[in-house]
Amino acid sequence: MTVRRGGAVEGSALPRWVLVPAAVGLLLFVLPLLGILSRVPWTQFVPLVTSDSSLAALELSLRTATASTVLCVLLGVPMALVLARGNVPGTRVLRSIVLLPLVLPPVVGGMALLWTLGRSGLLGPALSLVGIQVGFTTAAVVIAQTFVSLPFLVLSLEGALLTAGDRYESVAATLGARPGRVLVRITVPLVAPGLVSGAVLAFARALGEFGATLTFAGSLQGVTRTLPLEVYLLRETDPDAAAALSLLLVVVAVVVVVAVRGRRNVL
Amino acid sequence: MRGRTRLATGLAVVVTLLTACGGGGQPAADATSSPPASSPAERTLTVFAAASLQKTFTTIGTEFEAAHPGVDVRFSFAGSSDLAAQIGQGAPADVFASADEKNMAKVTAQSLTAGDPVDFATNVLEIATPPGNPAGIGSFADLAKPGVKVVVCAAQVPCGAATETVEKASGVTLAPVSEENSVTDVLGKVTAGEADAGLVYVTDVRGAGNAVTGVPFPESSRAVNTYPVAALKDASDASLASEFVTFVAGEQGRKVLQDAGFGAP
Repeated sequence: MTVRRGGAVEGSALPRWVLVPAAVGLLLFVLPLLGILSRVPWTQFVPLVTSDSSLAALELSLRTATASTVLCVLLGVPMALVLARGNVPGTRVLRSIVLLPLVLPPVVGGMALLWTLGRSGLLGPALSLVGIQVGFTTAAVVIAQTFVSLPFLVLSLEGALLTAGDRYESVAATLGARPGRVLVRITVPLVAPGLVSGAVLAFARALGEFGATLTFAGSLQGVTRTLPLEVYLLRETDPDAAAALSLLLVVVAVVVVVAVRGRRNVL
Repeated sequence: MRGRTRLATGLAVVVTLLTACGGGGQPAADATSSPPASSPAERTLTVFAAASLQKTFTTIGTEFEAAHPGVDVRFSFAGSSDLAAQIGQGAPADVFASADEKNMAKVTAQSLTAGDPVDFATNVLEIATPPGNPAGIGSFADLAKPGVKVVVCAAQVPCGAATETVEKASGVTLAPVSEENSVTDVLGKVTAGEADAGLVYVTDVRGAGNAVTGVPFPESSRAVNTYPVAALKDASDASLASEFVTFVAGEQGRKVLQDAGFGAP
C-alpha cells in the first residue's frame, strides 16, 4: 500500500486517519498472538505437537471440521437461497433464527443440543428407539460444530446473493431456463466466491469450536477431544504445552484460510 | 444499507427472543458474585476460591460481613489452577482458597502467600447417578460393568487424579465415555441424563439436591482431597485477609462447610 501526497491511500481514496484505528484493531489480534509465541517452549515444540494425544486431537479436529463444513454447505446453501431469493413470508424471523447460534454462548448451545438430542432430551427417546445415541460420539462433535458454524456460511452466502442481484437469473428465466438450470448454471457460479469464503469461515469456526463440544459431546481422546479441548485440558498441568498446541491450531487455521482464499482471491 | 438495516432488525428480534426466553428460572452463570453490603463498605476483601466452594464461601462471606461491619467480601470462583495462574500473574486477590494442595503449592512456590496455608476442609469422591439410579449402580466396581456409561474427570484435574488413585487402590479399571475438565462438567452430564454415572465429590452430590442420586463407596477414603486457604502477601488489607482465613478455619466456617458435606481436615 502506498500513500499519496494529499493524505489519501492510493487506489481507494481512504482518508489517512482511518489507518490509525485500523492499526489499533490489528494490534488487538497480533499482540495476543505474540503472547502465545512468547510462551511456546520452542525446544520441546516438536515433541509436544507430535505426542499421541496432540496428534489424535489434531486428526479429530481436521476430520470433524471437514465433516461439519460439508454439512454446512449441504444445509446452508439452500438456507441462504431461501433467505435471499425465496420470497417466503417471515424471512426476517427466519434470518433471526439463523443468527441465534452467533449470539448464544457456545456452552448454552451445547446444553440446548443436549436437551434436544441427548438421551433424555426432546428427541432422545425417539432416537433411542431407532438405536441412535449421539452423546459422547464423534457425531456429536460434528453436530455441535455445524450448529455454531452454519450461520457463518448462510450469512456470507446470503450477502453475496443479495449483492449479486437477480438480473441474470431473470434473463435466463425469460429465455426459458428452468429454475433448476438457472440455479446450477447462473446463481451458484455467480456467488461461488461468497460460497467459498463462507465455507472457509465455517471451517475456521468449526476448528475453534469449544464450548458446545465440551457440553454436548464430552471429552475423550480420539473420539470427542478436539484440539481446543486438548489445549484446555493441557493448560491445567502444562500451560506452555497448551501454548504450543494453540500455535498449532492457529497455524492450521491460517494455512487453510490462505490456501483457499489466496488461490481464489475472494473477498 | 438495506442489508444492514435487515441485519439490525434481525439482531433486535433475536435479542427480544432471548430476553423473552431468559425468565426460565435458570441461575445466572456468573463467575463472580458479591453479596450486597448492608452498610456502606469501607474495606473490601477479595477472595479467590475454588469453584466447588461457591455455595459455602458465599454463605461464609455473608457471615463474615455480619461479624465485621463495613467490610465488603467479593469472590472470584473458578478452577483452582485458573486462580493460581491469575494470582501468579498479579491478580488483585487478598485470600486464596484452593481445592487441592497442588495448586496452593504453585502459589507458595512463588512466595505469594503471607504465612503458611491452613487446611480447612476435606472432600472425597462419590458416585452421582441420574435421579433414581436407573442403571442400578451399587458399588465402585459396578462402574466397570459393560454398557455402563460412566463419566469422570480427566487425570490432569484434581477430581480426576483422585479417581485414578481410587482405581489403583481398588484394582477396578474404568472405561469412561468421557474425561471431563471439571467436576461440574461431569455433574452436568449426569444431571442431563446423558451418563449412567459420574464420579464427583460428596459435596457436589449434596449440592445437586434432587437432580442426582448419590452412591457412596468405601474406596473413596483412599483419595482424600484437602482444601488449603491462605492470605496473600500482596493483600490490600493484611489483617483483614488473615482474619478471613481464621474465620474459614474456625467454628463458624467449619459449621457451614460441614453442612455442605465437607469433612474436617
